[in-house]
Amino acid sequence: MSLRTSLRALPTLLRIGFSEAVAYRAEMVVWVLATTMPLIMLALWSAVARGGDVGRFGQAEFTGYFLAAFCVRQLTSSWVAWMLSYEVKQGTLAMRLLRPISPLLSYATEVLAGIPLRVAVVLPVLGISVWAVGGRAVPASLGGWGLFALGITGGWLITFYLNVMLGALSLYLESSQKLMEIYMVLFFVCSGYMFPVEFFPPGLRAVMDALPFRYQMGLPVELMTGAHAPAEAWGLLAKQWAWVAGLGVGATLLWRRGLARFAAFGG
Amino acid sequence: MVNAKRYLRLLGVQLKASGLLALQYRADFLAEGLTSLAWTFTALAPLFVVFGARPTIEGWTFQESLLVVGWFTLLQGVLEGAISPSLTGMVEHIRKGTLDFVLLKPADAQFLVSTQRFLPWRAVNVLSGVALFVYAFMSLGRWPSVPGILASLVLLGTSMLILYSLWILVVSAAFFVVKVDNLTYLFTSIFDAARWPSSVFRGTLSWVFTFIIPLALMTTFPALALLGRLPWTWLVGAVVGAVAFASIARRVWLLSIRHYTSASS
Repeated sequence: MSLRTSLRALPTLLRIGFSEAVAYRAEMVVWVLATTMPLIMLALWSAVARGGDVGRFGQAEFTGYFLAAFCVRQLTSSWVAWMLSYEVKQGTLAMRLLRPISPLLSYATEVLAGIPLRVAVVLPVLGISVWAVGGRAVPASLGGWGLFALGITGGWLITFYLNVMLGALSLYLESSQKLMEIYMVLFFVCSGYMFPVEFFPPGLRAVMDALPFRYQMGLPVELMTGAHAPAEAWGLLAKQWAWVAGLGVGATLLWRRGLARFAAFGG
Repeated sequence: MVNAKRYLRLLGVQLKASGLLALQYRADFLAEGLTSLAWTFTALAPLFVVFGARPTIEGWTFQESLLVVGWFTLLQGVLEGAISPSLTGMVEHIRKGTLDFVLLKPADAQFLVSTQRFLPWRAVNVLSGVALFVYAFMSLGRWPSVPGILASLVLLGTSMLILYSLWILVVSAAFFVVKVDNLTYLFTSIFDAARWPSSVFRGTLSWVFTFIIPLALMTTFPALALLGRLPWTWLVGAVVGAVAFASIARRVWLLSIRHYTSASS
């Protein structure tokens, strides 16, 4: 499976993935409904903000933040861990291994192919955000959009690699289900999904800056709502991409070594 | 009467089967305990952050909100131990077409599918919830009154009825949109909103969470009852509402099952 054949297969894979996403659009609607936590958090924090601002956050800032969080979650979410562990358990991973293309790439295209439909969900929400908050809801300049694009790409990659790692663990353990739950807990609390990371007390904040979760959700959201000056943004992006690189290597290694242990039923 | 006895016996059989299964995986108790702690932490972390910013939110202090989180955790235990496992099984049945075998059995299908699987170890969450109550009342420096406890127990019953009815409604959706592995996830994420005192929700959301998806009834009302602040009329309203909700859910279930066409037809 050379790089060239993989690249040649990419458009087709994306097309198939897109048709699948369209075919199972009801499933996507369920997912969108299931990821409305930012809206609930928005209601809660709005209640808090009625009593006065919290840090730099007033009612409008919270609205911008959590609507952006909703959009970022839609665009970066990944369900590869569940897919992988399901396929390992059922033995259907063997089918995927038979194809002349890296399974990791085929997972990635499956997730990527769902994005156009998700953009269709995100755009109206962005519109509402701009209508409610004004220009601050989105980056003000082209450079700002560029930083946001980098940030959300990094967020997508970190989420994807973490998913691959969790899924690949099911090649080692009997079930990685419990670990996935722990991952979800960490993601909810540490990523800026339930509240902006800057609300952590200073000591914990340093920990959050060192962990990968904040770069999955918090950083893209902050870049979208223009929370950082360019210099600061570049520093955070550098940390994010360091995580992307590290997790990329880790995921590939874990996957390769795990695969050597894989024995499907009847195989 | 004979019927009720028969169903009780059936319930006993199903419970025993799940119980034996759980005893085979005793190590799960520890794993469940750890995940329960982790989820309790998720429920608490935003609370610490929110109340770090303000002493009271919409008339709720930190300790009082702990009671709501306690009810949330407790009900989560009920949900994950007794309700969700069957839901997952049910979605599998519909997708694979094996629901036919359930429908053929000489007992009510709704009863059979909703008792097919229990995960007793998940009940650890109930303990976490109770621990939260104890802690909250200790730091409040007083204990709930006896009528308050009784009222909250009645509300526990109605909450479970509502949760179960919500579950039936979600499962009914599975008849119409078949590929929905994520229904459980949807269900828990709707329920997630119940971890906050319902007064933080305003406008449409508040209306939705009281009358359409009665989350307020499930966690905020029992917490108020424990605090002795729940008016009697609300209690009566909750009971009537829960029963009405359950009967609607039953109606929807019967409608959906008529809509069901097995895999081969």
